[in-house]
Amino acid sequence: MTFLIYLINGISLGSVYAIIALGYTMVYGIAKMLNFAHGDIIMVGGYISYFAACSFGLPPIAAVFVAIIGCTVLGILIERLAYRPLREAQSLAVLITAIGVSYFLQNGALQLWTSNPKVYNSLVTLQPVSLFNGQLVISGETIMTIAVCIVIMVVLTLLIKHTKLGKAMRAVSEDKGAAQLMGINVNFTISMTFAIGSALAAVAGVLLCSAYPTLTPTTGSMPGIKAFTAAVFGGIGSIPGAFLGGILLGIIEKLSQAYISTQLSDAIVFAVLIIVLSVRPTGLLGKAQREKV
Amino acid sequence: MTKPLVRVNTDYALLREEDLDTTPVLETRHLGIQFGGLKAVDDVNITVGRTEIAGLIGPNGAGKTTVFNLLTKVYAPTNGSIFLNRVDINGYTPEQANKAGIARTFQNIRLFSQMSVLDNVMVGLHNEIKYSFAGSLFRAPSFFNSEKIAVERALELLSIFGMESEAYTKASSLPYGAQRRLEIVRALATNPCLLLLDEPAAGMNPSETAELMENIRGIRDTFKIAILLIEHDMNLVMGVCDGIGVLNFGKLIAKGSPDDIKNNPDVIEAYLGKQKEE
Repeated sequence: MTFLIYLINGISLGSVYAIIALGYTMVYGIAKMLNFAHGDIIMVGGYISYFAACSFGLPPIAAVFVAIIGCTVLGILIERLAYRPLREAQSLAVLITAIGVSYFLQNGALQLWTSNPKVYNSLVTLQPVSLFNGQLVISGETIMTIAVCIVIMVVLTLLIKHTKLGKAMRAVSEDKGAAQLMGINVNFTISMTFAIGSALAAVAGVLLCSAYPTLTPTTGSMPGIKAFTAAVFGGIGSIPGAFLGGILLGIIEKLSQAYISTQLSDAIVFAVLIIVLSVRPTGLLGKAQREKV
Repeated sequence: MTKPLVRVNTDYALLREEDLDTTPVLETRHLGIQFGGLKAVDDVNITVGRTEIAGLIGPNGAGKTTVFNLLTKVYAPTNGSIFLNRVDINGYTPEQANKAGIARTFQNIRLFSQMSVLDNVMVGLHNEIKYSFAGSLFRAPSFFNSEKIAVERALELLSIFGMESEAYTKASSLPYGAQRRLEIVRALATNPCLLLLDEPAAGMNPSETAELMENIRGIRDTFKIAILLIEHDMNLVMGVCDGIGVLNFGKLIAKGSPDDIKNNPDVIEAYLGKQKEE
């Protein structure tokens, strides 16, 4: 029974990683860049929803909505101001810029909101579910996180497979030049990718802070790095890969905390990544023929 | 007879000044581009009539594909201007040039290889499909309707080449010739008034080439559009083109009907070298 509890907690944490990893993998697949500021957008989403709910007293759903809008706008602005001018630059320049944006967001948050942790009141209003005569209690946050992750996964898959925007995204992912010559607005398509990724980051921020209620300017960086790991683990550029990688990473982390060592759990997570990549350099679902996005 | 596939890079420039409609679909004036000290295309004036099939030929490196890249706005010209339907398209992006009516295929196939045949065509139909993002998220009826119309349209376009049955195949698993045909369908899907074909017969055998010639005429007659093609296969060029332009070292050295071109001493010299003596 305790194993089951750890497992469910792992899936829940993994769902948060998966939501973040989906943002990483979409941006990588379509814009061909690693957006290291993605984790910090989670933090911004956390703060926006915190202030919306606690300072302005908005109902939880409205607070989440405000956070999504705020992060979407932030993501589009970052792409427009920092990344688009480097569209033709070499990837290293873009990577360094992304790290710069990440520090900018962290230090901006430090200036605005100080390093004092904010205590985040969970925005999830679901009641815990108790099973097996109360031996197994699943918190509302856990249920919500897993449910949200599944919904996002399904919606995103439909979007990419069956809509005009999704087809444009896949086309841009494969050949920007040819896509443009077919009349596709590449800049708009990449903007939309950042918008979707940032909206997902906002959702992840709310879920993360609801489950782990301390909010500081560096809240997003560790989950961001782990989600990036999850995306690489599953095969970066692949949407099912990000989902699978995220869930597995969460489970590995929670089980190693439970059965091996709390301090060592992060080390174990990254050790697993190194082992998997040395056996399968393209990640679990990454194919040599790049199944992108 | 099959022309030897001399690996000459041919550019096409074509034009036929007589019997153009009064409003040419394409007109370039003193078009030129310089890369460093090299004038890759220099003072090229071509006109393509509304339903003309025009060819651009010339030896390797003559600048034919560069002309295509100028016409599709991949490169910005350093000299001259391009008029599409009498509108100067100088400031256009490639995407705007496509929306204005220029569509193309590529010398080295550039399909979206991981996508299905149908989806490749649907990408071409991108600007023809109208529905809102919100509509697609909520799967509104308008989404299903426009999606259904788009799929029907895509299948109809594929049927030009009898490719409907392969609609759900991955583009990369099509045979080479079919990939070339799919590129043409994808370009047609963008609803062009001028279709640029960059070596459509490359790698095709004589019977495929003969079929392609029929297809090219068929496309012109069905869609009532102009076609400008670059090709090395002289059978195809001479057989299908109304007018031909010959590029050599970036300059247009001749233009006229296939017969004019065949007998033009400058053209013969460009291809075969100077004749020793009369």
